[in-house]
Amino acid sequence: MKFTSIEQLVELAETQGKKISDIMIESEMETHERSKEEIFEQMRMSLQVMNAAIEKGLKEQVRSRSGLSGGDGRKLATYIEKGQFLSGDTILEAVSKAIATSEVNASMGTIVATPTAGSVGILPGTIFATAKKLNSSEESMVYALFTAGAIGLVIANNAFISGAAGGCQAEIGSATAMAAAAIVEMAGGTPTQAANALGIALKNMLGLTCDPVAGLVEVPCVKRNAMGAANAMIAADMALAGIKSVIPPDEVIETMYRIGCAMPMPLKETALGGLATTPTAKKLEKKIFGKPLHE
Amino acid sequence: MKYHSVFDIIGPIMIGPSSSHTAGAARIGKAARSLFARQPKKAIITLYGSFAKTYKGHGTDVAIVGGILGFDTYDNRIVDSLVIAKDLGIEIQVIPSNEQSEHPNTARIYLEDEKGTLEIVGVSIGGGKVEIVEIQGFKIKVSGNQPSLIVFHEDRHGVIASVSTTLSKFEINIGYMEVARKEKGSIAMMVIETDQRITREVLNELESLKAVRQVALLKTS
Repeated sequence: MKFTSIEQLVELAETQGKKISDIMIESEMETHERSKEEIFEQMRMSLQVMNAAIEKGLKEQVRSRSGLSGGDGRKLATYIEKGQFLSGDTILEAVSKAIATSEVNASMGTIVATPTAGSVGILPGTIFATAKKLNSSEESMVYALFTAGAIGLVIANNAFISGAAGGCQAEIGSATAMAAAAIVEMAGGTPTQAANALGIALKNMLGLTCDPVAGLVEVPCVKRNAMGAANAMIAADMALAGIKSVIPPDEVIETMYRIGCAMPMPLKETALGGLATTPTAKKLEKKIFGKPLHE
Repeated sequence: MKYHSVFDIIGPIMIGPSSSHTAGAARIGKAARSLFARQPKKAIITLYGSFAKTYKGHGTDVAIVGGILGFDTYDNRIVDSLVIAKDLGIEIQVIPSNEQSEHPNTARIYLEDEKGTLEIVGVSIGGGKVEIVEIQGFKIKVSGNQPSLIVFHEDRHGVIASVSTTLSKFEINIGYMEVARKEKGSIAMMVIETDQRITREVLNELESLKAVRQVALLKTS
């Protein structure tokens, strides 16, 4: 692969006057001996699966097997239609799509893991909302997925992307960072701005525990997808405004790794700590499985 | 580096709800199936770490059984795999273990029929990516980035040379190789990652070599 750090990735792009997505595509072509067309088409198919999940989540009565999640994406979409909201419409658009996707995931629907299924809503939510706002082409959205993938590869190889390994910061945090960089590129920002956006976004996710109620990818996961999407949008706007991440992105990623290693096991997807051990969570566990998860 | 492709991060396309517990689990099951190379009569699935703690809600058991049946991560039939397995007369046992495992998401899969048995240990490292760390009691290290050739053979001189000569005859380049054995002179195993695709013809020729017991392709994606 052509890059192992964000610094390298940005330098490769800036010195050649290319986008981060271009570098990712070239690297993929080289490493796997595949044509650009073939790689692009595979990514375009993923974008279509994402689109279908958003549509399903917003239009159908999606419900998970446990009954813990479903219907909130639709609720938010109806709320947006009324026009009486406090935050911006692009942010809410991203959030409703993120929730919808995450709910489809919880209902065992078809999704694309980005980077994981637990963090599945953030990238589609922000990319489709940004595309609506900027009137972007499908091509530009596919490129954005390559940019997100490049960031995700650096994070996955230098830290982690699973809640079991590094807590929720590794899932929602990574997805948020990937999304922030991807939408900066969609908005015409530079690779450096994309890197700053990912740094800003990831800093605000550090230390996030993975504490799924009843061990399921539903509570608090669905709502964390919503907040991740909003966080990515804000971080992207900040970077586009010229604001820098004071701590360089690679150091933020390294910090996430250290925090994840220091995090005790109950906070890493075991349902032995955090929100998963609240009285309400315990009650829900008993209701869903007929007995507590841990005896 | 554990992740090499952009599609390790953007992907896989899968049935929810968890890339580690559902997609990764399905891929460990499918890896076992690819090595066993036929439908088993019985499967014993032992789960460790986070797999053991939360498998019910995530459908980890359902996903592994789906993989054992040969289903891909995006196959809708995964949801009904336990029923499908029962209809096919496959006996399934799921055992959550309290034993410590090196990685939080680890599964041991034992498959059996009248012709033989197979046991592998796989870990789900996140985002649907898996690593197979043990086959038939042999500890191994493969990247899982491409299909690996697994050769069980008698541990004696010349076998490794004859396997590599055969591969070279088909113009297949070895990218990575490891040899594992339990004790000198007993049964040994080669794990070979190649740059080129391995066809059925290659597998047959390797299988006909002297001292080679069994050849299979291990697929983890």
